[in-house]
Amino acid sequence: MSVRLRIISAIQQIAVEQQVNLPPLDDELALHGTGFDSLGFAILVARLEDDLGIDPFTISEDASFPLTIGDFIRAYENVPA
Amino acid sequence: MSPREIFALRDYLDPSLKGRTLSDARRVVSLTGITGETCLVGRPRQLSGRSVLLAVADQLLSALAMIEIDDVARRMLLCPPDLRADHVKALIEDAEIDAIVTDEPARWTDADVYLVVAARAPVRTAARAKTERPTEWLMLTSGTSGVPKIVNHSLEGLTGAIVADGPARGAPPVWATFYDIRRYGGLQIFLRAVIGGGSMVLSEPGEPIADYVARLRDKAVTHISGTPSHWRKLLMSGAASGFSPRYVRLSGEIADQAVLDGLRRAFPEASIGHAYASTEAGVGFAVNDGLEGFPAAMIGESRDGVEMKVVDGSLRIRSTRAARAYVGRQAAALTDSDGFVDTGDMVELRGNRYHFVGRRGGIINIGGLKVHPEEIEAVINRHAEVRMSRARSRRSPITGAIVVADVILAEGCDVGRSDDIRKTILADCRASLAPHKVPAMIKFVAELDVTTAGKLARHDA
Repeated sequence: MSVRLRIISAIQQIAVEQQVNLPPLDDELALHGTGFDSLGFAILVARLEDDLGIDPFTISEDASFPLTIGDFIRAYENVPA
Repeated sequence: MSPREIFALRDYLDPSLKGRTLSDARRVVSLTGITGETCLVGRPRQLSGRSVLLAVADQLLSALAMIEIDDVARRMLLCPPDLRADHVKALIEDAEIDAIVTDEPARWTDADVYLVVAARAPVRTAARAKTERPTEWLMLTSGTSGVPKIVNHSLEGLTGAIVADGPARGAPPVWATFYDIRRYGGLQIFLRAVIGGGSMVLSEPGEPIADYVARLRDKAVTHISGTPSHWRKLLMSGAASGFSPRYVRLSGEIADQAVLDGLRRAFPEASIGHAYASTEAGVGFAVNDGLEGFPAAMIGESRDGVEMKVVDGSLRIRSTRAARAYVGRQAAALTDSDGFVDTGDMVELRGNRYHFVGRRGGIINIGGLKVHPEEIEAVINRHAEVRMSRARSRRSPITGAIVVADVILAEGCDVGRSDDIRKTILADCRASLAPHKVPAMIKFVAELDVTTAGKLARHDA
């Protein structure tokens, strides 16, 4: 499974657990438009760290938190494996 | 007070009581006639009036030395086996130690400062120890960081609950404990064995649990205590079958309903109860109705010299069994001005029972909200598929921290069902806990660390 698909699948899984109604996930969707609160994102980042072995928001000192789904996925895709 | 009125441990070793023993994995020592023997080499009489550091690695030898030193020395500081070498100097200074009783005399070379007395297997002696003065029993707190605090007890205070409970009914009990007897919980059992006319089986560091239980069975142990973590390990080991104690006690950590029910199933004939005690406050109370928590009616009322109240969520105890004071140059006050010890154990009233929710110092901070890991563990542990769990914080770039849980599945549980079990646990956590307390992740693990004091290791607390 690609990094993108794994991220999308993790978002969908957490949405079920947190009882969030997700809008369609396209790259332009603002992260706050997902309906996730900060806890939801914290869970997402922690699970992806376990799944992919990386946490791009802790590794990089100047990382700014992404604004859209596209930014979020790119943050993972751009980390050298 | 004349020496005759002083209550000494050796007074309970009546030579007419036959068949009493103290044993570990290697040796059995008869307690009958032990008062005619000595385990101290050299100049034991010079321990009179001294402040003694009891630094004997071996539990059995340590027990015999305690019996000999009690009511001879001015004070006796009990060193648990995990005492860090770099803390010893500060403790010696704080407790004004001027004598060392040790099974490693070569280690104590600074003999100008103190008298060194070696301890070894007991031999007959013509010299009879004289009861001279009530010895102060100094014990160390079991906190994880920094130099442990020294707590000053009297033998009278230490045995307050034993005297209040009265002798065990029926045949003389055979006691055992998972604790080390240099810890408060373990010392209680050792004192019960000596005072109550029974025998005792000691734990052995590093001994596989199945071997320990085999010894408990061989020696027909009737009364046994440990922390909930000790008991969960026993239940997990599958070694409990064939062992049938009459009396099972839990203390030192929160006894949740799951572990109480697990022990009820494993030992259907036994009296199963949990006790509240701390090194500072002494034995508070015992709960024998098989339920977690304790009846709210126990608060406020004074019974057997113990009075309890709840202030700002924490349990406070004023008791004749409490320690007298902390010892040392920088020692803080042990009680408030009314004589109450703040235990730091947080309780919550639900219906007509108080439930323990965790330690004040053990709170984890989740996005500015406070969480007791024990509260989460209690919800997870009530699942039949779970034997033991640990909730902890995990740093997060977004909220600062999230809650994650490590879970040990019950023995015989189908690992292939772990996804379903995870979903069931999370659904229950969501139904029972505030959203910020629901674990973000559940990881199944094969084991969880338990400290030498028998408590679940909490590295982030």
